[in-house]
Amino acid sequence: MAVKVLHRRELTFWEKLYVPQIVGGLKVTSAHLFRNLFLHAAHRVGRLKHLRASVTSQYPEEPRLLATRFRSRHRLTVREDGTPRCVGCMLCETVCPAKCITIVAGEHPDPNVEKYPVRFDIDLGVCVYCGYCVEVCPEDAIRMDTGILDVAAYSRDAMKLDIHELMDPALRKPVSNCSLKFPHQCRVASGQLKDHRSGTQKVLH
Amino acid sequence: MPALTIDGTAIECPDGSTVIQAAERAGIFIPRYCYHPGLSIAGNCRICLVEIEKYPKLQIACNTPVTEGMTVHTKSAKAEDGRRAVLEFLLANHPLDCPVCDQSGECDLQNFYMNFGLYDPRFREQKVKKKKAVSIGPHVMLDQERCILCSRCVRFTDEITKTGEFGIFNRADKAELGLYPGERLDNPYSGNVVDICPVGALTDQDFRFKARVWYLSSAPTVCNGCAQGCNVDIHYVLNRPHLNDGARVLRVKPRYNADVNQWWMCDEGRYGFGWIDKGRLTKVRHRGVESTWEQAMAAIAAELTKLRWNGSRIGVIASSQLTNEELFLIREIFQGALGAQVTAAFPTRPGFSDDFLIKADKSPNTLGTTLLALDGATHDAATLVDEALQGRIEALWVFGHDLTKLGDGPPINNVGLINEESLRELSRKLGLFVFSGTNENSTASWSHWVLPTAAYVEKDGTFVNCHGRVQRIGRAFPPVPDCREDWTILLEIARQLNHPLAWQNPQQIFQGLTEVLPPLAGLTYEKIGSLGAPLAHTPPAAEAAAP
Repeated sequence: MAVKVLHRRELTFWEKLYVPQIVGGLKVTSAHLFRNLFLHAAHRVGRLKHLRASVTSQYPEEPRLLATRFRSRHRLTVREDGTPRCVGCMLCETVCPAKCITIVAGEHPDPNVEKYPVRFDIDLGVCVYCGYCVEVCPEDAIRMDTGILDVAAYSRDAMKLDIHELMDPALRKPVSNCSLKFPHQCRVASGQLKDHRSGTQKVLH
Repeated sequence: MPALTIDGTAIECPDGSTVIQAAERAGIFIPRYCYHPGLSIAGNCRICLVEIEKYPKLQIACNTPVTEGMTVHTKSAKAEDGRRAVLEFLLANHPLDCPVCDQSGECDLQNFYMNFGLYDPRFREQKVKKKKAVSIGPHVMLDQERCILCSRCVRFTDEITKTGEFGIFNRADKAELGLYPGERLDNPYSGNVVDICPVGALTDQDFRFKARVWYLSSAPTVCNGCAQGCNVDIHYVLNRPHLNDGARVLRVKPRYNADVNQWWMCDEGRYGFGWIDKGRLTKVRHRGVESTWEQAMAAIAAELTKLRWNGSRIGVIASSQLTNEELFLIREIFQGALGAQVTAAFPTRPGFSDDFLIKADKSPNTLGTTLLALDGATHDAATLVDEALQGRIEALWVFGHDLTKLGDGPPINNVGLINEESLRELSRKLGLFVFSGTNENSTASWSHWVLPTAAYVEKDGTFVNCHGRVQRIGRAFPPVPDCREDWTILLEIARQLNHPLAWQNPQQIFQGLTEVLPPLAGLTYEKIGSLGAPLAHTPPAAEAAAP
């Protein structure tokens, strides 16, 4: 095995004096401090807006721009009639390396659509944001373009998104009344979806 | 025996065989849609094109008889070009339904397209619209757009079931598969058309949208629906409990066995698996209160020992749903060690039968009970229950049977029909009333002890079908938690009765069985294999006695 010998640079006499180096460092720091103090004060009174005050972005008041292909929280796209575009082919569930997607398919009343998700859950506590589900979707039914980054919750259960939250990114649980359209009769208040075909209650959570 | 060369492999095959059969013998797979070994040859899909030297054009392998010295190329560029062109026509009007199609993943159109499809389609015209998602019978869903008109299903209903429901109507690109007016696809073998359909035109209503086929695991077993013992594959999924309310078995498919069921099976067996996941007994119960296996085994063994010393009579109603191994243990322990009256005869009204696969006897192992002499020559389940009701039997162990189904039909002996009232009477009179079985029923609710046991797909063992073929059922997946296989329960009871048996697993029990039962002599699990083995009909002892 080749051995690489690293030689540490010897400090010069000036550097060994210590105090001048400290002063030099404080000069850099305080230059930034006073520059930012001055610029922030000037921004407050509406001056010097063209000069950026500091490299720190003022998150969350001032979120940074996301790249167009950035993968943020998922959403399910909808058809023109407002029903989910997803046909429940389960390819995303199949490809998902984290196994965080849960789909139960049902019979769509329109035989030209045939199939739709009665249940579509994503467990964001498990999701690795790889974007494979978006890649694999043959119907452009799932996208990761909501720009939502602040996914946080107090429990693991609350990290699980159901079909309502996925179809309308603005919704968060508990969803009390649902204006979304499904081929089935949605009874979200009780947390349950009704499968129109069998009439059985499928529990959402 | 013409000798020919296929892809450089020399092969001899019987006179009159076709190129596709010869290729099969040589281990070469030629794509096919309309060809099915169990049906007549139609030669209409044209996908099996092969190049034969000295023929000017490509030939279809399924309908070209082999001749001496023929040289066939199945993988040449010319043959694959031909197939690509055929696929282009087949796909011209085929809808892009793969995401919603249940066949997706086991579809020959998909598979062959991946092999030699034209990846850049040239068809720019509007696809012809036909009817979709039409329920054409109790089990089968038809999608006319997906059909490639191979006519396998038409030939199946014409030749195998001879019911002739299907026909192909109209011509050219308006041609469509359909039922004759007034017909419904409700023959007892209708599910087979789903298996033979190479595309997603005919799909299963029972399996519809339950899962994608690539989620399924498969295990070979034997149908327990009747005495025929059709070879089947159980398709199950264990790691996706959200599908189909947590059911593990999602469908059953026939498995080819030339001596039993060929490629087919009946709908009764195909769709009769629901009980494996629904209404299962999951807890040991003592008079309605949850108990443990340890308590149950100790208490039952103690009670049986006590009854034996008192000289009381013990009755055991075994079941022809049990494996040979378990029946053998029952005979050894109850008839041998305890001197109990054991019977597996459970008179019920005979079920539907025909001259093809469906047998009136709905038990998979009736012949096994006969071999073990448990088929009730002197007493059957009805007489045992009768004696118990009259107080002449102190203990009764019922394996799997629901006594209310006893004599389902005309009353047998003095018993008449057993109802809840007589079960209550049994429960009151008997000193020990044990029910071991898989599913909840009236007998379970009135017995003193309820022992939850494994379903046949959850345990290993053998059945003997009505033609005297020993078949292994294998074990697809482990039992429901807290359920045990009947043979483990029996071995444990034997141990607690101070009558320990040396065997540890069904294979060893079967070896023990072959030693005492001449018709099974010489058989092993290896010899039975996946296709079963016939019984040695003449026991060696009888042979020796004969001049």
